[in-house]
Amino acid sequence: MTALAVTDLSKTFPLPRRLFGPARPGVRAVRPMSFTVESGETLGIVGESGCGKSTLARMLVGLLDPTTGHIEIAGKALDNADPAVFGRLIQYVFQDPISSLNPRKTIRQIMETPLKRLYGMEKAERTARIAEIFDSVNLREEFLDRYPHEFSGGQAQRIGIARALAASPRIIVLDEPVSALDVSVQAQVLNLMARLRDEFDLTYLFISHDLAVVEAVSDRVVVLYFGAVVEIGNAKTIFSAPKHPYTKLLADSAPVVGRPLTAPEQKGSELPDPLNPPPGCAFAGRCPRATQICRAEDPALRQMQEDQFAACHHPIES
Amino acid sequence: MSAFLRLLFRNRLAALGAVVLGAILLLVLAIPLLPLPDPDVIATADRFQPPFSEGHLLGTDHLGRDLLSRLLYGTRLSLAVGVVAALIAASIGSAIGIIAGYFGGRIDNIIMRGVDMLMAFPYILLALAIVAALGPGLLNALIAVAAVNIPFFARNIRGITAGLAQREFIDAARLAGLGHTRIILQELFPNVLPVIVIAMSTTVGWMILETAGLSFLGLGSQPPQADLGSMLGEARAALISAPHTSFVPGVMIFLIVMSVNLLGDGIRDALDPRLKSGALSRPLPMTQVRRRGDVPPATDDLLAIQHLETQFHVGKRIYRAVNRVSLAVKPGECLGVIGESGSGKSVTALSVMGLVSSPPGVITGGAVRLEGEDLLGAKYETLRAKRGEKVAYIFQDPLATLHPLYKVGHQLAEAIQVHHKPSDREARARALDLLKSVRMPNAESRLDNYPHEMSGGMRQRVGIAMALANDPEVIIADEPTTALDVTVQAQILALLDDLRRERGLAIVFITHDFGVVAQLCDSVAVMYAGRIVEQGPTDTVLNAPAHPYTKRLIACVPELGGGQRELAAIPGLPPVVDNLPEGCAFAPRCDKARDECRRGDIPLDGQAPRAVRCLFPEEPVT
Repeated sequence: MTALAVTDLSKTFPLPRRLFGPARPGVRAVRPMSFTVESGETLGIVGESGCGKSTLARMLVGLLDPTTGHIEIAGKALDNADPAVFGRLIQYVFQDPISSLNPRKTIRQIMETPLKRLYGMEKAERTARIAEIFDSVNLREEFLDRYPHEFSGGQAQRIGIARALAASPRIIVLDEPVSALDVSVQAQVLNLMARLRDEFDLTYLFISHDLAVVEAVSDRVVVLYFGAVVEIGNAKTIFSAPKHPYTKLLADSAPVVGRPLTAPEQKGSELPDPLNPPPGCAFAGRCPRATQICRAEDPALRQMQEDQFAACHHPIES
Repeated sequence: MSAFLRLLFRNRLAALGAVVLGAILLLVLAIPLLPLPDPDVIATADRFQPPFSEGHLLGTDHLGRDLLSRLLYGTRLSLAVGVVAALIAASIGSAIGIIAGYFGGRIDNIIMRGVDMLMAFPYILLALAIVAALGPGLLNALIAVAAVNIPFFARNIRGITAGLAQREFIDAARLAGLGHTRIILQELFPNVLPVIVIAMSTTVGWMILETAGLSFLGLGSQPPQADLGSMLGEARAALISAPHTSFVPGVMIFLIVMSVNLLGDGIRDALDPRLKSGALSRPLPMTQVRRRGDVPPATDDLLAIQHLETQFHVGKRIYRAVNRVSLAVKPGECLGVIGESGSGKSVTALSVMGLVSSPPGVITGGAVRLEGEDLLGAKYETLRAKRGEKVAYIFQDPLATLHPLYKVGHQLAEAIQVHHKPSDREARARALDLLKSVRMPNAESRLDNYPHEMSGGMRQRVGIAMALANDPEVIIADEPTTALDVTVQAQILALLDDLRRERGLAIVFITHDFGVVAQLCDSVAVMYAGRIVEQGPTDTVLNAPAHPYTKRLIACVPELGGGQRELAAIPGLPPVVDNLPEGCAFAPRCDKARDECRRGDIPLDGQAPRAVRCLFPEEPVT
């Protein structure tokens, strides 16, 4: 069953109007993209800073209105709905666990809000539900009367996950949930999330810049570059047999124990300028395989393998 | 709350203000109990009695009314009006500010332009206009004073709210089903309240003064009602012949406003989190050194950190951030220091050049030797001459370390001119060379860029160029690639590696990433809870880790190509370094720990260059 379907979703941030002269076109943070997520699946979303990961995530949970396109959750369209409706279907776990908790509220107050506002539960019912959730994320109930600053990053992130679970959503968007944590704690949180997915039959969208982490938790992976999907594929194969040269560059850049230090790209190239996007494929300027057509025509997402799609004029042959 | 009071009364002036204000308040509240004559009874026969005359402690005014009685009643009225005006201004102003800051956009624009217009008038003119429109009277004066002060609160609170409204917990509240009203009242307001209190405590005195000013002009309280301003106004005619009639209310206004302002400043200092965290105590130019015990003898290393102990003394607590750490590098060597947050790796690095902020940082033992010379015993001038010249740093976030208001070319030139005396042109030429040497694309045009005009990778190149500016012998790189994207990280690492080989630089590379260490470093030291737990050549440590912590930490790091899987984790948390367990700090999280592990001091043992601090190592260390 399809848990989430996104069709032609895009976001353009308008630029402030100039006093004189014509209106400017705006920054296209997310170009029209479509994908689906199956129920119970974990979809990894990778890309570098500025690729539109967070804009996409904020649109999915209703914190940002899309410019075009629509979002369907479990077959129901969710256009222009208010966050309270989104809240019961899809929740969000933030990158910075401490700053996502209100510093002046106790953990109990933070946990009670979604139960009260989304489900209108009574006091006794809320207490029981919070105890249940805290038990499943391995947090002690005595934490409930403390304030956020008393917790370490790992504990605070588990509280963030607990808050997301309190809304009993079907889908959780995890926006870099472990990048602020130490490695030894990162593994604790990732394993916890994997267990919760099975326990509560959740669907995850896992956003990260760390390829190894994404590969370890995801079923399928979407690679974003400059606001557009460049490749979608099975997590098992996408990094070992990439079709798009950018995916290959990402996979080759990750430092790995036992691989000698080589910069796969010495030119010092940067992301293209969002105010002045290049015609054609956005990656052409950095791509070793680029030809004339790449600089003129934006490639569409094409099926390359049974479960692998890439937007490239000259995909890598395996 | 008690901590707040203690902070408040540590400030002597604020305590004085509180005492004076308290005394005045007590007197004013006790009015019904005091044997005071009616303040409004006229006895023209007794006019202008001097102070200390019979029945009139402070004398009488031009109508023979008792001055003491009028003073106390007048003070009560002035205080009440001032405080009420402050409350009204604060509530309306804060409400406007919160709404403008939270919604932003057009609503913000319209509201704030309106507030700006209000501010464009001189305050006394505006107050006079309001009173002129409404007619004289104490209530109208109160309205005028409140209205005049609304913009101050609105602007202040809007700024704070606009910052808070971007925070993630507001998004989280929205997802938890809260509407705008609830988000403002339940999420924003508690966070803004301290700022409102601070703003109010510093303006109440001002508002009392403004009310008195309006009454002085005859626009506030109407005769016979006494308030401080009208008393002063009525006494004006007899300023020379009976000065005490002006003097008495004048002194009272002075006392009230002075005490309110002193107390208000004290409250602000005690409540403001930035000031509480020590911004008021200026850090010393170098870390304090209070070494006990012997200084270890010199070695032939380029940079040697020997039994370094750095602690943070906060109140009664002592945080042992770095506990007898020894590290050494030779020219052309790259040493990796790996550890989790709080393991002491950054403090070790900052201790080398005395950059740990003091107070609270204190170096309590050991030595740092550059070419044999002990830097910890050196004078500030000696140390400063070596900072950047011999030992340079590269930090994690170049956006935070580069000055936002200067062009990068200027900053690079400055880094050179601090130590050498080239002309501005030579310095600029050298800056250009440096940018080229870190392979900055379009180096020439980049010289005139501001830091915010560059991407993270570009900025870190500038950071590296700046570290190279004076051809240092040692570079200490503290997580230089953590904030960068992987493709950029690979470029920066390759650059550092080339520089080391070309220039014979020694690099101390601090990181939490094993992949980075494996690619760049010759040897590695693993830190846990302020101590080195394992060290050795990189290959050996990574392939055959001897300490259980190293072994399990390596297992925690997911590697590309492993597929979907359960990851290894280490249960528990690293200890806080002000309360370390006895014996091995890792014992509480270690599945091999036995009773011996929890006793005494466990030495760092092994044959150089390999060493491990464990009684039951995973691999024999010989």
